[in-house]
Amino acid sequence: MPKTFEEINEKIRKGEAVVVTAEEIIGIVEKDGLKKAAKEVDVVTTATFGPMCSSGAMLNIGHTTPRMKISKAWLNNVPVYAGLAAVDFYLGATELSETDPGNTNYPGKFNYGGGHVIQDLIDKKDVELRAESYGTSEYPRKHLRSWMNINDINECVLVNFRNAYQNYNVAVNEGNETIYTYLGVLKPNLGNANYCSAGQLSPLLNDPYFKTIGIGTRIFLGGTQGYVFWNGSQHDPSGIKREGKTLKGGGGTLSVVGDMKQMSSKYIKAVSMLGYGVSLSVGIGVPIPILNEEILSHAAVRDEEILAPIVDYGHDYALNKPNRLGYTSYKQLKSGRIILKNKEVPTGSLSSYPKALEIAELLKKQIAKGEFLLTEKVQPLPAAESGYKFRLFSERSVKNGN
Amino acid sequence: METKKTVLLKFSKDVSNKPVMYGLTKHYDIVFNILKASIDLNKEGTLLVELRGQKENFDKALSYLKENKIHIESLKVKRDDEKCIQCGACVTLCPSGALFVSDRKTMSVDFDKEKCIGCEVCVAACPFRAMKISL
Repeated sequence: MPKTFEEINEKIRKGEAVVVTAEEIIGIVEKDGLKKAAKEVDVVTTATFGPMCSSGAMLNIGHTTPRMKISKAWLNNVPVYAGLAAVDFYLGATELSETDPGNTNYPGKFNYGGGHVIQDLIDKKDVELRAESYGTSEYPRKHLRSWMNINDINECVLVNFRNAYQNYNVAVNEGNETIYTYLGVLKPNLGNANYCSAGQLSPLLNDPYFKTIGIGTRIFLGGTQGYVFWNGSQHDPSGIKREGKTLKGGGGTLSVVGDMKQMSSKYIKAVSMLGYGVSLSVGIGVPIPILNEEILSHAAVRDEEILAPIVDYGHDYALNKPNRLGYTSYKQLKSGRIILKNKEVPTGSLSSYPKALEIAELLKKQIAKGEFLLTEKVQPLPAAESGYKFRLFSERSVKNGN
Repeated sequence: METKKTVLLKFSKDVSNKPVMYGLTKHYDIVFNILKASIDLNKEGTLLVELRGQKENFDKALSYLKENKIHIESLKVKRDDEKCIQCGACVTLCPSGALFVSDRKTMSVDFDKEKCIGCEVCVAACPFRAMKISL
């Protein structure tokens, strides 16, 4: 007998909902079978914690006196985008401090950037604001330099354009020299393999066809409640078939939003990737309502059933070569080594499974205590049959005089 | 009793052309393992070495180094557990197995200080700057 959202929320309100993590549900389904488990379990909590570069903060600092239409601004010397209304601006997670030497002395260390400003704001630290304007009659002020913290300013909202990748490439390096990538340090000649997914705990791997996760879904975001507001950029629903190894590196993605003033740096942290740049590791938890057996069958997915493609970042990735060196399961990746080209390759992870587990447990407790109610999506994410595609840029040369 | 210590030796430019390390083995029976070296003749240099030997020889060996105007710093890599989120970006880079996944179910990452050789590979590679080098 299928359940409805309203029935599940009613149980949550009364503190009677049966909530388990995406790890716990595996054993329950193995023991009790799908039918019984679908009847008894109301919600499965999923989570992930890893670097998500398309993240950032929308700030409204409140009006100064006299008023100012900010056209350029910096926070702790990190430029923000101010091509918006007077005192609004967007701080991107991967923006570098203007004094960062980048990769001049390769590999660059990238000690401070947008992700670090975001963490400093969440930690309620003072940051230095510097702003410039050309001045207008109603916004005459041209310069501003001031300390500010998250409590001082009007609004501060995390608005992330692409988070929670469904799946991800396993990165290796077939070249002869160490390379420094967003998937970590890759040793030459298949010296190591780095992956980045919570596997069986990861939100979109537990709802591969977006049956419950969609626009309007309430989520755990960086320690508070946030929402899915769109599919993420580079959303690729065609990549999610599990059988037949058609899994692509990416798959579905989410755009998420939440109030940064309520967040905690326990669940969202700045990242400095050697030789690559700065970013932000975001903690996301998504509850999956067990409305029927089909939804449960997906939520009970195990690491051994989820495959990830192995890609050479020494050469192939940069040039968009479609080569895959093979596929491996998250169970194999988590064992510490994979076999590739007759070689034992040690594995490392960029995504934190312990943190994902912590978030899934926390979300479970919040739902069980009635503090977190589920929302029904108002619009589904584009699925494979919608024809929604991920595409490469088609370049057309620009000639002078044409 | 055998003692083991990882130290950073700083040579001034007038010492870098002397065979100081030879003396360690010849006179004090110290086994040394060079972990990292940056030495140029007639320039200042540093040598990260693991020293191993009998306790009484060991102390004499350190005095011998000091007599030869070599500045000795004991280095330790430490993990800031508040900053570490246990992702595992370091485990395949650590050459001595000091950073390792201690539980394959929870995938928690542990740091065994005893195994650390002070090579510092993890210090730059940790995305959260949780690994620190200190004296």
